[in-house]
This record gives sequence, C-alpha cells and structure tokens, in this order.
Amino acid sequence: MSMAETLVLIELDRQQVKRPSLHAITLARQLGGDYALLVLGHGLDEIATSLVSYGASAVIVADDPALAEPLADRYAAVIVKAAQKHGAKTLLGSSSTFSKDVLPRAAALLDAPMVTDVLAIEEMDGSVLYRRPINAGSMLATVKLEGDRRVLTVRATAFEAPAADAAPCPTERFAFDAASLPNGMQFISREQRASDRPDLTEARVVVSGGRPLKDKETFERLVGGLADALGGAVGATRAAVDAGMAPNDYQVGQTGKIVAPELYIALGISGAIQHLAGIKDSRIIVAINKDPDAPIFQMATYGMVGDLHQIVPQLIELIRRA
Amino acid sequence: MKVLVPFKSVPDPNDATVAGAAASMPKSVINPFDEIAIEEALRIRERGEAAEIVGVTIGAVAVDEQIRAALAMGVDRAIRIDDTRALDPYAVARILRALIEKEAPHVVIMGKQAVDDDSNQVGQMLAGLLGWPQATFVSKIEFLDNKTRTRCTRETDAGLEVVAINLPAIITTDLRLNEPRYVSLPGLMKARRKPIEILTCDQLGVTVRPLTTVLSTSRPPKRAAGTRVDSVEGLIAKLRQEAKVL
Repeated sequence: MSMAETLVLIELDRQQVKRPSLHAITLARQLGGDYALLVLGHGLDEIATSLVSYGASAVIVADDPALAEPLADRYAAVIVKAAQKHGAKTLLGSSSTFSKDVLPRAAALLDAPMVTDVLAIEEMDGSVLYRRPINAGSMLATVKLEGDRRVLTVRATAFEAPAADAAPCPTERFAFDAASLPNGMQFISREQRASDRPDLTEARVVVSGGRPLKDKETFERLVGGLADALGGAVGATRAAVDAGMAPNDYQVGQTGKIVAPELYIALGISGAIQHLAGIKDSRIIVAINKDPDAPIFQMATYGMVGDLHQIVPQLIELIRRA
Repeated sequence: MKVLVPFKSVPDPNDATVAGAAASMPKSVINPFDEIAIEEALRIRERGEAAEIVGVTIGAVAVDEQIRAALAMGVDRAIRIDDTRALDPYAVARILRALIEKEAPHVVIMGKQAVDDDSNQVGQMLAGLLGWPQATFVSKIEFLDNKTRTRCTRETDAGLEVVAINLPAIITTDLRLNEPRYVSLPGLMKARRKPIEILTCDQLGVTVRPLTTVLSTSRPPKRAAGTRVDSVEGLIAKLRQEAKVL
C-alpha cells in the first residue's frame, strides 16, 4: 500500500473522467510531496487505467456497486477511510457540485478545515496561503489554515490541465466493507440530457444568453444556433434560467458554472457581478447587447451594440458560410 | 415535525456594484439562500407538515435585526448564539451541531452558501458531524412515508438529480426552490412579541477555535475593456485576424 501526502479526488460523469477534475493534480504538484489519485464508482477498470500517467504514486480505486451513484454519506465515508489509510494530510478536489457536496462532509469527518475554490497558493514564513474568491468574485481573500490536515477544492479554470506523460503508476483496489457504509440516502433518478454539444466547463467556445432572448424557442434558435455553428457549448444567465428559457445546469456565474473558454460570446447579457465572476478568465469575450452602458462592455474584448435578433442570424450565416 | 433553520447575516449583496464600488457600510440582510430556507420552512408549516420553525443565528446583538426579519416572515422562535469571533465554516458547523443535539429537529433547512464568503460548507459539515443524510443544492422538497423520509430534487452540474433520504436530515437550498415572501406589517408587529433566546457556546458545552484565518482581502485584477465593433463583418474579422479564435 502506498502512502501519499495528498489525495486527489477524481470526478466521473456518466462513466467518464470529468476533465476539469484533473486540474486539481496541478495544485497537488505545486504543493509538493507524493500524491495519489482516488476514484470512486462502479466498473472502473478502464477509468483507472486511463489515470496512471499523471505522475501520481498510485491510482486508488474504490469500485463497488454501493458506489454506483455519488451519494454523499457513503462517498464521504469511503474518501475519509482512504485518506486515513494512505496517511494523506491534504484532500483535494476540483470545484463542482459533486465535490462541494461530498468534500465538506469528508472534511468534518477528518476534523479538518476546508478552503473552497482555491485560485492560487503562495508561501509565507513556511506556511501555505490560499487565495480564493469571495463576495461573488468581487473580492479575493488570502486564507491561512491551522492544523495538520486540510481539504481544498480548486477552481479548475485557475489551474492548467496536467500533462499525462509520466511513467505508469500502479493502480490499487481500495478494500472496504460496503455493508458498513451509511445507508440513509437513496438515489432515485437523474434527468438525462440529450445533447451533442460539448460540456460547458470543457468547451473551447461558449455562447450564453440572457433575458432579452425572451423565450425558450428564441433562446435555442439564437444561442443554440450560434453555439452549433461554432461547435460550442450553451450557457445562460441566472435570469434566463429563472425565466425558463434554459435548464438550470446551463447557468454560468459564481453560483452556477465557472467557465474559461478560448471564446465566450455573451448575447443580451448586461453583466451582473455574479455572472462576470464566472466568465472573467475566458481568453476572448464578445458582448452583443443593445444597451451601450451594459457593464459587460467594461470587460469584453469585443463589444457590439445592437439588436441581437438581427445580429446573431447574420453572424450564424457568415460563420456557416466560411 | 420541527424544522430548524440556521441563517447568517450578510452585507446586502445588492449594495455592491459591478465596478466593485461597494458602499462603505452596506446594510445587513439575511443571507438570500437562507431566506429561501426560511420561506420553505414556512410553506412546509402552511401545508400542515410542520408544527414549529426554529431560527438560529450566530453573532453579536447587531444581528437581532435579521432575527426580527426572520420572525416577521413567520419563524416561530429564534435563538442567537452570542459569539462575535470571525468563525470559519467548520466552527459554525460544530456550534450548530451542539444546538441541534439540544433542539432535536426533524429536519434542518439552510442556504447552500452564504453570499459573503461563498464557502458552501456548513450544511455538509453539519450532516457529517451528526451522521445525518444530506441533500444539497435542493430545488424541490417533499416528505414521504409519514415524514420519515424526504424526496429532494438537487441542482447538479449534470442536471437535476432526485434522492430520497431518511430523516432527520440536512437540506441545503438552491435559488430555484422558492421565491421568499416579503415581510408584512402584521408580521413585523407579531415578531416583536416572539421570543429570542440568547445562548453562548459555554452553555451549549461546545468549545471551538476557528482554524481558518482570512489574512487579507484585495480586489481582483480588472479585465481591461476592449474595442467596440460596429458590424458583424467587423466582428468576424477581429475574431479571425486579431484574436485568431475562428
């Protein structure tokens, strides 16, 4: 059995590794010391094999029918057992609804403090300081932790994807007694998305829409149409989601998804602070809005004032024609 | 059924502007996610599924204003745990555990995060400490099987997920669970007569010391505004030739 300073929790989505969850490995490298990867689920042989080249000391696999769905009570119990058994002082994950559900629970069971949404670390007098966004991203806090254990989630957009070029490490099956796991939570169902579009947090191009898109059909035609022309993902503001134009998992912003694509196109988005906090690390931001004073123009790389109902169809056509 | 709703006082998020020119002393409000939790507790009581709603917060006497607001919304009684330190989520969770062991609610409903520090930890930590099931980021709550279980719809990155969990349990609220009501004048009058119990960590028999310290805060670097384009052709040219993203 391998010991590791740091345990990095790898997240799965429909039996695939969620790419942004790998970015936590980059922080594990910055922290120094050995790190192991931990993956939970059922039927993980291929997934485990796909993780051996990230420079970890081991890929630890908790594979059991009881872990087929990510129920927080049993997941946290297994993560804590694995951290203890491998002597890990730091438990790391990438910010997502999965890690935000499971890791604070694990932190309490480990009697450890936790920092959410780490953007960067620095060193001061031999201790590590963590920088994280607060107040919907309008401020950054520098945080110090006490104690010898800690749980961290990282903003995937603030850390590079790690290279997978190391010599393969061993995979280890983590043995535990499934019958002893907490049993107070039951998975019922998950709404299945039928979409050929890329995942919002992984896409190279994201096109998002705000309230001026008016209704679901217009939203799909303009935002969806432009996204498809560019091979991108679709996002939405909180207002558009609240108005029923887009499903909740499209929401981009501090309380939704944080994105940092090569190209972010904001259609009819004025630029609420919590939305801007979720897009500001995008390389190029394009804003199209009829209000010339919309706050989004203060941070857009390219801004265009005008009626998106006229502009977007032209844009789609010109892109398709090329 | 007894519902316990922990809530936090936060600077009014609507006081800040996008330019970061927040007012020097914004007024305090109930954390918006916690306000949703209070509203949900009221609806559960109005459906006849809860007999009592207990609100709890931690802080100095200044937070009594938000306690009155919670009571005016319809919370039956409130507890303030008198502690003026800068507590971290884990310390808050340990204090709340001590109170919950004393109050023995059937369900705890609270916001998924406070909009000032955005940690999103307390509910989950509390569930872990108590060994209770949890349903986080919830947009729908129903009680099942003679209120021994609850079925919750959760807002996850992959879409909506439904879980059924045994009570007692911790539920954390997401934005779309409900739209909180406004405080009414009769509600405000009634709130004046409702009891606020003051407790200390000593009385709860809990000793906590925050392990997290915020050393400093700063403004994030601002993205500079770029250029305006005035035609679709112009925009495409910029994206192709200058930004090289098309």
